[in-house]
Amino acid sequence: MATAAPHHTARAQADGQDEAAHAAAYEAVFDAAVAADERIEPRDWMPDAYRSTLVRQIAQHAHSEIIGMQPEANWITRAPSLRRKAILMAKVQDEAGHGLYLYSAAETLGTGRDELLDKLHTGRQKYSSIFNYPTLTWADVGAIGWLVDGAAITNQVPLCRCSYGPYARAMVRICKEESFHQRQGYELLLALSRGTPEQHEMAQDAVNRWWWPSLMMFGPPDDESSHSAQSMAWKIKRHSNDELRQRFVDICVPQAESLGLTLPDPDLVWNEERGHHDFGAIDWTEFREVLKGNGPCNEQRITQRRRAHDEGAWVREAAAAYAEKQATRAEPPAGHTDQQSNGTGSPQGDEPAGTADEHAEARA
Amino acid sequence: MTASTSETATAAALALGDDALVLSHRLGEWAGHAPVLEEEVALANIALDLLGQARILLSMAGDEDELAYLREERAFRNLQLVEQPNGDFAHTIARQLYFSTYQRLLYTQLAEGTGPFAPLAAKAVKEVEYHQDHAEQWTLRLGDGTDLSHERMRRATEALWRFTGEMFQPVEGVDVDREGMRAAWLESVGDVLRRATLALPEGPASGAWRAGAGRQGLHTESFGRMLAEMQHLHRSHPGATW
Repeated sequence: MATAAPHHTARAQADGQDEAAHAAAYEAVFDAAVAADERIEPRDWMPDAYRSTLVRQIAQHAHSEIIGMQPEANWITRAPSLRRKAILMAKVQDEAGHGLYLYSAAETLGTGRDELLDKLHTGRQKYSSIFNYPTLTWADVGAIGWLVDGAAITNQVPLCRCSYGPYARAMVRICKEESFHQRQGYELLLALSRGTPEQHEMAQDAVNRWWWPSLMMFGPPDDESSHSAQSMAWKIKRHSNDELRQRFVDICVPQAESLGLTLPDPDLVWNEERGHHDFGAIDWTEFREVLKGNGPCNEQRITQRRRAHDEGAWVREAAAAYAEKQATRAEPPAGHTDQQSNGTGSPQGDEPAGTADEHAEARA
Repeated sequence: MTASTSETATAAALALGDDALVLSHRLGEWAGHAPVLEEEVALANIALDLLGQARILLSMAGDEDELAYLREERAFRNLQLVEQPNGDFAHTIARQLYFSTYQRLLYTQLAEGTGPFAPLAAKAVKEVEYHQDHAEQWTLRLGDGTDLSHERMRRATEALWRFTGEMFQPVEGVDVDREGMRAAWLESVGDVLRRATLALPEGPASGAWRAGAGRQGLHTESFGRMLAEMQHLHRSHPGATW
């Protein structure tokens, strides 16, 4: 990237100066790059707080992808047609893939997947609270696609321009797939809405249950959002929670009309003056309760995640043991450190990205 | 085409289609439960390939959804091997190794022929080569990994062994050299197991109950519950479209 050279130049120029001058010189280059809408790349200098904010945000996003597989996987074995089953399986698979890109993006900041998963499993990092609601009927699969993925896209499209390069690039690919998910959810609901009276009722019930939690996905109101201001300054975040929430409501209202379904908010009305829809008050008490762990599925989601991880430990250990045996058997000539030659890669993927480069650098 | 050849072709499509449908369903049960994130992607990938094959094959026999959702257990023609519950990861991998090796040999022969399954087989054989490679790599890792994984892989290969003989029973309308396939299968699976520090199990490759097996619509007990789950929603809304 264009920004890498000036950063390194700054690093070289800063050599020999005292610690504070170093930091100031690096920070000036970083600030200028962010101000010029350039991308910050893994090897560029960045403030510690920028790094930790990104790790927290990317990890939470990655965790949301893998926890988010659960409510939808709940319906794979009961999907009512083979076409729907194929679409749903592909969607849940995409989410696992998104988890992989995002954990890799976090690894470029020096935090490995194992550490992040451990934080998820021990409750030290969060995932999107929306996945603490249950999928009770088939229509919930549609409502998640239309509303939850729709809200996620509204949140995530601006992240394609996020200042951190690997995250921005991961988001470009993720948003393309999410937009497909959103369309399939809408199409699923449309089929139900236009189907039998029972199917229509199923669709309406799902929208009734998912609408408000979807609005909560944008986070607390702007005046209560603790991380927003700094993240906006760093261009990790591009729009405020309330702006994005309003944008989402404005998108959903005409779509609900086309679906022949109603949104469960008596206060929802077009405001000519503002050029936006007004909507009712959000129950933030519920939001905080679910966030605290008292949602309908918090316990279930994290228990299943931990169980899958714990029950899979012997498999990951076997893969590591086998890879080690293969490396020993290959008996590489002295100085040869390429451990990927057995062709199996690292099935756990727990080796931080960039390790090979660091080795190369260490040897150079 | 005479009525009887048409019936034969339909029955053959059902046999091959049900294998793919049922194994795809079992693999789909792993979603959210896999031992590592890469396997969430891999198992779903294999399940999707098999579901794609199943949809083509069932459509050759009739309406795919009517066939998948409205038949009773006794009308399914899949091998008992593919309906076996996932068990631990070693059982899933042993089932994959046995079935994907068989399916690769089957599709390779069908692709070379001129029968109704040649176009599908030509396309699917590429998918199945990946399935077999995936199963082989994991058999090696588990068999030659830790003491615990070795023991679990050994138990899995033995537990599923008695369902393997059925793969080489003739199926009318599927014109392949079954004996040649059996020999090639034993060689291929035997080679993978040896490299995984395991051996071909010694027990009988089919059950003692000779009344028939999956191809005659006789299944194992867990299959009924699998179908109950799979068919419940579709059957609850007769005539609805989804």
